[in-house]
Amino acid sequence: MEALDGNAIGGLLHEVFGAEMTTAMGVCADCGAAGPVAELVVYLQAPGTIVRCRSCSSILMVMVDVRGTRCIDLRGLAELESDS
Amino acid sequence: MRTIVFDIPAWPGHRAGQHLDVRLTAEDGYRAEREYSIASAPGEPVAITVERLDDGEVSPYLTEELRQGDEIELRGPIGGYFVWDPEDESPLLLVAGGSGIVPLRAMLRHRRGSGSEVPVRLLYSSRTLAEVIYRAELDEPVDGVEVVYTLTREQPPDWSGYARRVDDELLGEVAWPAGEGALAFVCGPTSFVETVASGLVELGYPPPRVKTERFGATGGR
Amino acid sequence: MIPTTLTSAGRTSSRVTSSSVSFVSRGFRGRRDTEGDLTRVPPGQHVTEDFPVLSAGPTPHTPLDEWTFSIVNGDERETWTWDEFRALPSETVTVDIHCVTRWSKLDTTWEGVSIDTLLEQVEHEAAYVLAFCDGGYTTNLPLEDVSDGKAWVAFAYDGEPLDPEHGGPARLLVPHLYFWKSAKWVRGLMLRDTDEPGFWETYGYHSYGDPWREQRYAGD
Repeated sequence: MEALDGNAIGGLLHEVFGAEMTTAMGVCADCGAAGPVAELVVYLQAPGTIVRCRSCSSILMVMVDVRGTRCIDLRGLAELESDS
Repeated sequence: MRTIVFDIPAWPGHRAGQHLDVRLTAEDGYRAEREYSIASAPGEPVAITVERLDDGEVSPYLTEELRQGDEIELRGPIGGYFVWDPEDESPLLLVAGGSGIVPLRAMLRHRRGSGSEVPVRLLYSSRTLAEVIYRAELDEPVDGVEVVYTLTREQPPDWSGYARRVDDELLGEVAWPAGEGALAFVCGPTSFVETVASGLVELGYPPPRVKTERFGATGGR
Repeated sequence: MIPTTLTSAGRTSSRVTSSSVSFVSRGFRGRRDTEGDLTRVPPGQHVTEDFPVLSAGPTPHTPLDEWTFSIVNGDERETWTWDEFRALPSETVTVDIHCVTRWSKLDTTWEGVSIDTLLEQVEHEAAYVLAFCDGGYTTNLPLEDVSDGKAWVAFAYDGEPLDPEHGGPARLLVPHLYFWKSAKWVRGLMLRDTDEPGFWETYGYHSYGDPWREQRYAGD
């Protein structure tokens, strides 16, 4: 399946952060590229959800559902700033 | 194709372009979740339009099994990026590939319902005329709204419109010139969105003025 | 799982338990109409005729004249170019495959080089391997699970060269474990004395992954 974008994880992120996150600005820890979460590259069908930088393809976020517990790793983001 | 209207108690309202997450649960606990753009404008009953995919898991249920009176689990409204509000007075460029028309139709309805007069150009790419969604509604003349179709696979015998996939040249002929300060919303399959978005940037649209929403190749998520 | 800085939301890694008293969607069954031959379908799986493509990233496209496969054993490295790899004896196998996302595909036919053939070239006493791939993906396996005819480096599927979206030019094929262990775009195996979790294993997937014991997640 082709990659999607951050719009596709809006609901999931809202559940985790309690806020609208597609307009949040993310900064890639690897290359420094900044942009709204909505424009990040999202792979939804793997055993987990992978979010990558549109500029350098580094992994920014990994989300895995382990027996009903949502685990989210944001280590690829230098910053994630929500405006809501 | 089926448009489903939901009756949602305590619905907080939504913005044009937002979507819903639909979750189905089988008796043994098996779950499937999909996203659908809200097809209706703020103030109208919440509706989604679902295309039945032959190998789909959720769409056959929604288009064939779901009945009036059934309950369904929804999450939303979701989205703050791919939304249009009438406070924005920029000329609007809406570019739809296939089922990407759904959130854009909500925007058109909202424009009409709010009395906005911003000029709109809608470029709608569809494989055939028969596959154009909301055709009767889109063919109704609306002041300030220009609708341009391109039919990429098959055209009716008397067709004088565009008959190819959207390319830079087609975009150049249809899109507002870069100097007009237009706001563009591009929605459809990933490869379509990327071709159009980069085409608009080539035409001089600043990247923040090109909002994108990618659907899977099958049209949903 | 700690980000370096996180403004505004003020959290580190977030573990949110989704507890829900959910109701049942009347008449919904999902895609699981064929249970298939139950003796061949592990618990919690359904049989599919498709071959779903699950990706964690962009499809790599390493040109064959740059492609190599290596077995790395400490400081030593045995490497095959594509031509050298294809000159090795290969075999055609028909196997069932089981994805942790719950689909199973029966009677899939592959052509590949047995890992035994590759391991023969290296003297080692390793107990584990870590497969490494284009794009950075890794997965870990006990050495005995890629030995004795249980695993291959596969370069053809269904009689055709393996498609890039399915892991071509070559992928690992380890059908007795969940298919995330059959690493796509494999470029080699690192031999190890200890078990080091690979990509998905680090995020909570099971270190071994036996579909018959439904070992999907760590702790299963």
